[in-house]
Amino acid sequence: MKTNRRTFVAGASAAALLTGKSVAFAQKKYSDGASDTEIKIGHTNPYSGPASAYGVIGKTIQAYWKSVNEAGGINGRKVNFITYDDGYSPPKTVELVRQLVEQDKVLCTFNTLGTPTNTAIHKYMNAKKVPQLFVATGASKWGDPQHFPWTMGYQPDYHTEAVIYAKHLLANVKDPKIGVLMQNDDYGKDYWEGMKDGLGKEISRVVKHVTYEVTDPTVESQIIQLKDSGANVFFNISTPKFAAQSMRKAGDIGWKPVIYLNNVSSSVASAMKPAGFENVQGVMTAQYLMDPTDKQWDSHPDMKLWVDWMKKSNPGASLQDASNVFAYSVSFLMHETLKKCGDNLTRENLMKQAANHQKLKVPLLLPGITVNTSPTDFYPIQAVQLSRFKGETWELFGEVMHAESS
Amino acid sequence: MPPFPKKWLIVLLVLGFVIPLLNPLLPDIVSSYRLFLVSTMIIAAIAVLGLNLLTGFNGQISLGHGAFYAVGAYTAAILMDQYDVPYYATLPIAAVVCFVVGYLFGQPALKLEGHYLALATFALALSVPQILKYKWLEGITGGVQGIVLSKPEPPFGLPLSEDQWLYYYCFVVMVVLFWISHNILNSRSGRAMMAIRDFPIAADTMGINLRLYKTVTFGISAAITGIAGALSASAIAFVAPDSFNIFLSIKFLIGLVVGGIGSLAGCVVGGIFYVLVDNSAQALSTFIKNDLGLQFDLSAYTVFGVLLIALMYMMPMGIVGGVHAAVRSLRGSKAPAPSERPAVAASKPAASRQGH
Repeated sequence: MKTNRRTFVAGASAAALLTGKSVAFAQKKYSDGASDTEIKIGHTNPYSGPASAYGVIGKTIQAYWKSVNEAGGINGRKVNFITYDDGYSPPKTVELVRQLVEQDKVLCTFNTLGTPTNTAIHKYMNAKKVPQLFVATGASKWGDPQHFPWTMGYQPDYHTEAVIYAKHLLANVKDPKIGVLMQNDDYGKDYWEGMKDGLGKEISRVVKHVTYEVTDPTVESQIIQLKDSGANVFFNISTPKFAAQSMRKAGDIGWKPVIYLNNVSSSVASAMKPAGFENVQGVMTAQYLMDPTDKQWDSHPDMKLWVDWMKKSNPGASLQDASNVFAYSVSFLMHETLKKCGDNLTRENLMKQAANHQKLKVPLLLPGITVNTSPTDFYPIQAVQLSRFKGETWELFGEVMHAESS
Repeated sequence: MPPFPKKWLIVLLVLGFVIPLLNPLLPDIVSSYRLFLVSTMIIAAIAVLGLNLLTGFNGQISLGHGAFYAVGAYTAAILMDQYDVPYYATLPIAAVVCFVVGYLFGQPALKLEGHYLALATFALALSVPQILKYKWLEGITGGVQGIVLSKPEPPFGLPLSEDQWLYYYCFVVMVVLFWISHNILNSRSGRAMMAIRDFPIAADTMGINLRLYKTVTFGISAAITGIAGALSASAIAFVAPDSFNIFLSIKFLIGLVVGGIGSLAGCVVGGIFYVLVDNSAQALSTFIKNDLGLQFDLSAYTVFGVLLIALMYMMPMGIVGGVHAAVRSLRGSKAPAPSERPAVAASKPAASRQGH
């Protein structure tokens, strides 16, 4: 009894000592790029060049961190957000990211934009063990913690999205004959692979598969080919300009298939309106963010907050542009992740916290969609809701669908 | 243009060889990142050298050297990726492939002069990214996904970091290529090349085979630019069609014009210039916006353009030509004013004597 008690006391005090020590040790741990006063985050974005339309994302993210700093920073530390223009050129991205990691000594990179550009730094970031967080591309390769434990995506990957379309059309369209229009690059192929996986044995339902190059002036001849194939389902994997052209052409030549449009082109302003509202009634897409043109969100607290924030901190930016919604939501996730790190701002802990979000509510995600990650799940958002175009806006229908990407 | 003084050349070479060794001693000043940056400058200088042989010394204008750069890079990448060829062995193969491509392209291009040739090469540069994505070639080029490679590792257990080794690798290749080019230019063939540039009819009368010289020059030029491409594939460790857009060819031309057309030293200056300005243009535009309080965004390309115009206005013969002119006007009132450009050739012997 006595000895037991003594051992217990000794053990308890030892434990207390150890925990006390480890708490003291856990207080304030820093990797490169973090200190008592500052957190350095690196970023690359095409502000110039062929993909400069994405430049608004970088500007909104800059505005976000500025407003965070004005409100006192994160746990008392200011965010030093360093953003460079890579012009969507992979060699340039390599050079700039090396500058960020080796010269500027950032804690991590965040939301670097583009699939080829991120591919070029993928190996480097993982060799250097620097977090490459919430990259701005929907390719499915960013969620591979086994081989690339320092890289994480953000948006639902293209593959998952296409699987959802395939499942929906098999369940809802009678005797589907599918025509596919695809942009001939990795983004197009990721969707196409997803469609094939989703169709599985029904792959023979695809009667025609045509492609275009992003430099093509028009896709009209492709649409005529699709119509001639007798397809009654049109799976439209194209960026906004081509999405608008293709759906307008389909309307003009009297082809009335069931249209599944990839989320990339769901913008009312840049795709649906130029296609002509009369041509896009009933078009379906999958969404995960609130569309700023959708009237039903006007009174939603998230949207109100966002509009106020935009007016105050990001004046001059478009309130119609879904890119600004995207930038705000992904910045919020980064903000939350850094907050969770507390005073332990090491790269290891940052990755650990990024892979440790359970049902995190991120503003402007559709109701019912939350961010979930784990050490084996590096896809933060994997749920979407289908919506159908009606009148001049999207209308959500059905349930939020969760999909596990293969 | 007067040749570069030998004394200085040796000093520069020794410095170029010794400074990277300081990397472990002064990790902040001679940082790995800066070594990498200098390596990219060296690669740019080699690419500009290739273009200069063609445009500066042979008078054929090319807007499409990015295409040969891409061919070189992809040749190296495919060899390393599919056939496990060691990275150093890819250089001669890339050079041969690019020579053949350049030679063949030079055949029909012979019929084109001046800006017609420029347009034909421009078309070549525009089409290369599309060709790389073509589905029949996708199996080996990796299509739009490109090819991810490994960085070259220091051989024989040399105590060098990856970046140090990459630097030496590029540096040695550059020195060899410049030495070869120097010898070509100072040979009968080199004089024939320049004679064709200056007065094709006279050159023809003197018995120079225009057809042969023009196509072979095209081939050599493409080969050297292709070697630069192969080096870049090793340095960046990734190739993708997006890396070789039309801006790349334009940048080579900018490097050439800024450095100095028809000058070997100009190639190095041009290579340094375009990497440096490309990097600092954005910093400069942010500086103008935030610190000088300009209310609108100035894109990096605008800054780049303004710099170019200013430079062309002040130094129409490129930086090397401008420096020579400045040195001459400082050294004595007898020397011709910098604005009298035709006098450059006449003053050549005098200037080179002064250099020693």
